[in-house]
Amino acid sequence: MNMFTISGSPHVHGDESVKKIMYAVVYAMVPAMLVSIYFFGLDAVRVLLISVLACLFFEWVIQKYLIKGPVTINDGSAVVAGILLAFNIPANIPAWMLIIGALVTIGVAKMSFGGLGKNPFNPALVGRVFMLISFPVQMTSWPVAKPLFAPQLTDAITGPTALGLLKEGVGAGKTIEQIMSDPQMPDYMDQLTGSMSGSLGEMSAIALILGGIYMVIRKVINWQLPVSIILTVFVFAGIFHLIDPQHYINPTFHLLTGGLMLGAIYMATDMVSSPMNMTGKIIYGVGIGLITIIIRLWGAYPEGISFAILIMNAFTPLINTAFKPKRFGLIKK
Amino acid sequence: MNSLKTFAPGGVHPEENKFSENTPISSLPLPKQLVIPLGQNLGAPPKPMVKKGDEVKTGQLIAKGEAFISANIHAPASGKVAKIDDALDSSGYRRQAIFIDVIDDIWEENIDQTPDIVREITLTKEEIVSRVKECGIVGLGGATFPSHVKLMIPDGKKAEYLLINGVECEPYLTSDHRLMLERGEEILIGIKILMKALSVDKAIIGIENNKPNAIQHLTELSKNYVGVTVQALKVKYPQGGEKQLIKAAVNREVPSGKLPIEVGCVVSNVGTAFAVYEAVQKNKPLIERVVTVTGKGLSNPSNFLVRVGTPISDLLNAAGGLPENTGKLINGGPMMGKSISSPDIPIVKGSSGILVMPVEESRRKKPNPCIRCSKCTEVCPMGLEPYFLSKLSKLELFEKAEKNNIMDCIECGSCQFTCPSSLPLLDFLRLGKLRVGQLIRTRK
Amino acid sequence: MNDIVLFALLTMGLLGATLAVILYFVAQKFKVIEDPKIDLVEDALPKANCGGCGYPGCRNFAEVTVKSANEKQNLEGLNCPVGGNAVMKQVAAILGLEVEEKEPLIAVIRCNGSKANSPAKVQFDGASSCAFAHNLFAGEGGCQFGCLGLGDCVDSCDFDAIHMNPETGLPVVNDKCVACGACVKACPRGIIELRNKGKKDRRIFVSCINKEKGGPAKKNCSVACIGCSKCFQVCPYEAITMANNLAYIDFEKCKLCRKCVEVCPTDAIHELNFPLRKVKAETGAQEIQEEKPSKVAAVATAESASQETKNDNIV
Repeated sequence: MNMFTISGSPHVHGDESVKKIMYAVVYAMVPAMLVSIYFFGLDAVRVLLISVLACLFFEWVIQKYLIKGPVTINDGSAVVAGILLAFNIPANIPAWMLIIGALVTIGVAKMSFGGLGKNPFNPALVGRVFMLISFPVQMTSWPVAKPLFAPQLTDAITGPTALGLLKEGVGAGKTIEQIMSDPQMPDYMDQLTGSMSGSLGEMSAIALILGGIYMVIRKVINWQLPVSIILTVFVFAGIFHLIDPQHYINPTFHLLTGGLMLGAIYMATDMVSSPMNMTGKIIYGVGIGLITIIIRLWGAYPEGISFAILIMNAFTPLINTAFKPKRFGLIKK
Repeated sequence: MNSLKTFAPGGVHPEENKFSENTPISSLPLPKQLVIPLGQNLGAPPKPMVKKGDEVKTGQLIAKGEAFISANIHAPASGKVAKIDDALDSSGYRRQAIFIDVIDDIWEENIDQTPDIVREITLTKEEIVSRVKECGIVGLGGATFPSHVKLMIPDGKKAEYLLINGVECEPYLTSDHRLMLERGEEILIGIKILMKALSVDKAIIGIENNKPNAIQHLTELSKNYVGVTVQALKVKYPQGGEKQLIKAAVNREVPSGKLPIEVGCVVSNVGTAFAVYEAVQKNKPLIERVVTVTGKGLSNPSNFLVRVGTPISDLLNAAGGLPENTGKLINGGPMMGKSISSPDIPIVKGSSGILVMPVEESRRKKPNPCIRCSKCTEVCPMGLEPYFLSKLSKLELFEKAEKNNIMDCIECGSCQFTCPSSLPLLDFLRLGKLRVGQLIRTRK
Repeated sequence: MNDIVLFALLTMGLLGATLAVILYFVAQKFKVIEDPKIDLVEDALPKANCGGCGYPGCRNFAEVTVKSANEKQNLEGLNCPVGGNAVMKQVAAILGLEVEEKEPLIAVIRCNGSKANSPAKVQFDGASSCAFAHNLFAGEGGCQFGCLGLGDCVDSCDFDAIHMNPETGLPVVNDKCVACGACVKACPRGIIELRNKGKKDRRIFVSCINKEKGGPAKKNCSVACIGCSKCFQVCPYEAITMANNLAYIDFEKCKLCRKCVEVCPTDAIHELNFPLRKVKAETGAQEIQEEKPSKVAAVATAESASQETKNDNIV
């Protein structure tokens, strides 16, 4: 007969695991990946592959030879970080820059804090911001999307992103109408389907929302957090648009450009670096929305969601301490 | 029928696995020896009233609860007291117990053994309470709190509702379900008795929606009993928790650290209601109970009516024998039950089920680092932060844990059940509760 | 160029001077008058802040010591177990007092229920905490008094003096032990005791605290004390007391004659760091069976000094 096991209750366990959650996030990113491959072709495949492999490699090297602990690269967290990093960079980035970005993502932002679950900042965003500051030229020259089966005219045509155009235009003193009439400016249909220039993952709002819905159904993320970010951006940008439509663009434009959907659905909801309860999550989301618009309207960079998320990541422990979930049976008078 | 109610916040829905829900309750033959541990109830254990060599009859008082929170114990079968010695309890510690060598089954004369249903309640309020006390009735839901104490409402408080817990939210267990189907009438009379003792005119039987036949059966029967209603509830664990049931049935929140009477409620289990019926109408003390014996791999999952003190191995044999690949034996349900070290341990008043788990399910999954997914916070029915409290407890920051209300934890295990990293959250919560409890006691 | 240097020097100098003046007045204003002896005593202490003296830290202990010296002119009840006699002498000298020599103590594990002696009947699977496991069940070997082997004592030690032996599943104390008592408090079963370190580190103790009767005790563990009283009868110094089916050796009365070790039928009494027994020992010693006691002694001497208290009945 077997030896009985003694342990504290509960004796059953739900079927959820870290690995399953991580791969659910990967599945949720598949539509956006397909869109990026459709528009950027082999370049997108190249960036995705290099990024994921580099992240896995660095995680393995660090766990095996630096920490000398168990190697857990198959838990999927490095894959998620790799894909998110790839989603945040242009498709024509040189491979060596990408590998450095992956090293920062895994080595600096994740493993130096102790690995999975201990990083205060979203690793992929740290990697992305590091690259943006270190290689500003390459990181801001965006290839123009050309559908996979369309005739290839020339290789590597680059152009500014919609937000870049906007920033440039406002800086030059143009009105919104003038800026919008620029032939390079994508219209709303392009923004929804992703037919514009930009980083790998920020292309199609529809694909991103699709993945987001999957994650909500799969209970990987709460819908409240992305919605609070999107609503804040919409309301805050909307107020300025109503005050002065000539200088401040329509809020829908803000929602569909500059990776806002990507940030709100995939980056801000990162479990490790976001607050632990609903009130906290909503406050965190509102904070991200506000900072994003502040940077977009008055900051030096055309887009701001990466910085906004990183700034709010820093506030997460504070939010966790300040806002507690509603206790059952709290005496109310 | 009313619409489905449930509690908030939190809760989980484990696989139900109610294998034995269609197996009628059957009796077991008496074993050769009964081992009756003295510490069967919450509170002080009773003092033994017999000595070695004494002859006892079925239903005779063998240990008397002298403290305020304590319960009498009666001989579950007639025979001779073999010894009063230490016996292993469910956690493997040796505790005092009365051993009875069973000779026949001769009952005390004043116990009504007939199956006739006695409907008329003749006893007064005070007589009911003292009868419940004499018969050693304890809460049969698992907490084994002496029932007569519950019936004595403190001065200045008034009970408004009697809530009867027929939820049986623990997976696998079906003893309450079968009891409701087979002894519905008796349960309802028991409820009327409790209502009389508590002077309340409203009683609600809460039953989860996965037992539609029990809901229907009791709804039919309750038409003849004024003030008793049946409330169907959504299937969600831990709805059988006192505070959660009150929230679900009457939407009131028991304040932190207080008892249900604070919001005018008294909660009792259906099994307890049945035991009260037997005690008050038939003068029968609590010497037997319905126990579910179940588990994957068990050939014959059943519900048995067994005498207290019967070894668990007898029940397992009657249910088809312990399967070869058993890795864990649980006294109770899978969410809150205790794993036990050997099948020789006796059934006590609080045993609601015996669960056999195969080897592959009995070991816990390897823990991973916390990924701060906050699922534990979402499912906590008490609105606590299990990840945080267990961390505090691990770091021995017990004072901080107390400030974060670790004592509110009802140890339902929802957090650990749902944790994707398979962390031993509840282990550390229990440790923290223990230490914080010690801290609070030293402060007094 | 010179102007810049001069200007920099002047501004920095002025700034420094002004701040120094401000600091001086602030320091005067908030000065705390404290007995300078407290600092001196604190300097003499080991600064481990282990709490072994019963006070929250070395600073607090120094304050209490100075207060006691000033008010009562003695240091009764005050002892730094970490520093031992040397430190207490130093402290007393600072305060102009004298202290009694105290025998150094060491932590002793009074359980030998190793994996071989008390084979596991069940497996524990859960949080690695003795305090939790103690509340959950009796123990893998079935003994409700024995070591749970999850290392709360190891976690509590600030001096790296106690470690788990993975072979036996029991903790082992090494000579870094300063008898601060942290492990004694940490053990939920009260297995660890602070005992006299003894001459040449020689110690004799009952390595069992099982209060059950002989039968059940022996059923769970082959080296349990069964309360047979043989040691009690043989002890010439009345150092052994019997209570609750358990023998206890008072280390202050014990003269390390080793008679009890010989008579113990279950090897529950341990002797440490004694030389190997000869077949015919000194005068008065009886014929001794070679196998059983010498095994204990042989292993004990073979162990390096740092492993001295290792319980050694492993196969």
